[in-house]
Amino acid sequence: MTVAQPEIAQLPDTSLVSKPSSLWATTLRRFFKRRSALVGMGILSTLILVAIFAPVIAPYEPTQVLIGIEDVRKRTAPCIHLLGCPADQPQHLMGIDGNVRDQLSRVIYGARYSLFIGFTTVGFSIIVGIILGAVAGYLGGWVDNVIMRVMDVLLAFPSLLLAIAIVAVLGPGLENALLAIGIVSIPAYARVMRASVLSVKATEYVDASRALGAGPLRILIGSVLPNAITPLIVQGTLGIATAILDAAALSFLGLGAQPPTPEWGTMLGSERNQVFTAPHLVFFPGLAIMITVLAFNLLGDGLRDALDPRLSSGGTGQA
Amino acid sequence: MGQYAIRRILSAIPVLFGILLVTFILARSIPGDPCKSILGEKATVAVCEKFARDHGLDKPLPVQFAIFMADVLRGDFGDSIRFSRPVTLILVERLPMTIELSLTALIIAIIIGLSAGIISALRHNSPVDVATMIGANIGVSMPVFWLGLMLAYLFAIVFKDTPLWLPPSGRITAGLSATPYYEVFGWGLAKGTAVFKFFEFFANLYIFNSIITRNWEVLVDVLRHLFLPAVALSTIPMAIIARMTRSSLLDVMGREYIRAARAKGVLELNVVTKHAMRNALLPLVTIIGLQLGGLLGGAVLTETIFGLAGVGRILFEAITARDHPIIQAFTVVIAVGYVAVNLLVDLSYSYLDPRVRLE
Repeated sequence: MTVAQPEIAQLPDTSLVSKPSSLWATTLRRFFKRRSALVGMGILSTLILVAIFAPVIAPYEPTQVLIGIEDVRKRTAPCIHLLGCPADQPQHLMGIDGNVRDQLSRVIYGARYSLFIGFTTVGFSIIVGIILGAVAGYLGGWVDNVIMRVMDVLLAFPSLLLAIAIVAVLGPGLENALLAIGIVSIPAYARVMRASVLSVKATEYVDASRALGAGPLRILIGSVLPNAITPLIVQGTLGIATAILDAAALSFLGLGAQPPTPEWGTMLGSERNQVFTAPHLVFFPGLAIMITVLAFNLLGDGLRDALDPRLSSGGTGQA
Repeated sequence: MGQYAIRRILSAIPVLFGILLVTFILARSIPGDPCKSILGEKATVAVCEKFARDHGLDKPLPVQFAIFMADVLRGDFGDSIRFSRPVTLILVERLPMTIELSLTALIIAIIIGLSAGIISALRHNSPVDVATMIGANIGVSMPVFWLGLMLAYLFAIVFKDTPLWLPPSGRITAGLSATPYYEVFGWGLAKGTAVFKFFEFFANLYIFNSIITRNWEVLVDVLRHLFLPAVALSTIPMAIIARMTRSSLLDVMGREYIRAARAKGVLELNVVTKHAMRNALLPLVTIIGLQLGGLLGGAVLTETIFGLAGVGRILFEAITARDHPIIQAFTVVIAVGYVAVNLLVDLSYSYLDPRVRLE
């Protein structure tokens, strides 16, 4: 102990050396510097709050039919008192839908479905993708070949068409639509994971942990996943945007959520023939979809720029 | 180059086999009995047995798959159960519509996306750049079906009785008809033959047909009908192309050789067009190829909204009617087309960038 002390005293003054910041601190700092990422974050937080507090914010129940309760007719255009709508008429900011329900309330409750759809489908496909990619990359050989060729085949179909076909097999409904979109998006995550496994597999630190007796699962979680997490987060955030769009498209075609569910795609689909007479019934649900998707796209771009400094100079990278 | 091409083409074969298998399995696993859905709920057992025999549905599944494979390789997709007509004939009628729609959308997307991306990159961080990027972000987030409906409302109702009015549905005004070029030129073709189907396919590309028969009235009418669906379909690829062009060009413009070119006194216009664009366009070839799958998926939605009788709509209807031959044929054609385009993209890439071949 007495020998060690003078050595410590000889070390340079540590106050001059800046403290190394962790990956996450750097990422956060870079993320918050990007205006578009902040906008995305802001919209998303608002949406989450709207979804949580929907019963408090919404003036009516989403499936409540207003016949006999108020003097309104079906497909009445929006009535906003501030914009000159007579005060004796009940106020409906987004108008009345084809079944005499308050559209604003339905759009508000719809946020719950969209966020749920986005997170569950991507959660499902990330987990399955990680497992498949890890197995393919780790085992290699014919297993790798079989898994990746199956992924190639899935990628060979336009994703929406494949999702339509899968829903046709499983039967229409929200759960089946989610499963279909989940299956269709697995290949992207499997590829990212496999690439990470391959790039890490041959490194010395993996050899070292193997020599220390770590099993495949331990190596996977301890060494491989931390390397794959960056692309997976970015891919996942952008994937949520695509999932919401695809789910809305399936519902629009009558294959996803069924009426009277206040799902935006379903609302749009069931009123699409009325677009020329009651455009507000198509406009607002679609606007809601667009804003939600935009939030995830902005967030995903911001995360990519923040997590991968090589891309941050050139703006957005590959889709 | 030759070796790389052969290797790349061979690697597509298992994928093509997989496509056939997946298509077959999907078409067969759709619940419901084709006999009942075509002939009605009251079809008797005897009638349905005959129906199954006629359409080969009584054979074991592997045998059905083998027959399907052999037929596809011969270009025979059988008869549609619902329409009792050869599927190839229906393909010849429907495919050109979707091709016309997707290609027009892609051309709009490339022209506007590319120019917006270039301007954005050259005026980096200017208001134009910011506006373009905001526009691109919104464009990539817009549901195709929503945009389509809103455009239809805007141009058919809001602009009614103005010169901007555009038809909200259909492919051609009722009463107008595009006389096939082979009739105009007086070629006597026997209907139903493979040669007839080949010529009929091109006749159903209305733009092509009206140009070579010089029927300008039909051409203008077809273009007016095609405009809204094509614009709706083009937004997402347009936004993606604009973003890629911008980031790719920005990346290249920062390289040393661009500085060297400027130092030599090369005109800025030439620096951009001759030095920078060649390298910046490379990744765009891939991106544009990849957009095709999205375009075909979007075509289902656009065709539904604008009442267009294309591939997407008939495929959707066939799925609900359990019309196996149509589902199989159209899915195979779309997937194979998609694989072929990606193959072409890969090959053109290796031609444009020799480094790819060495990997």
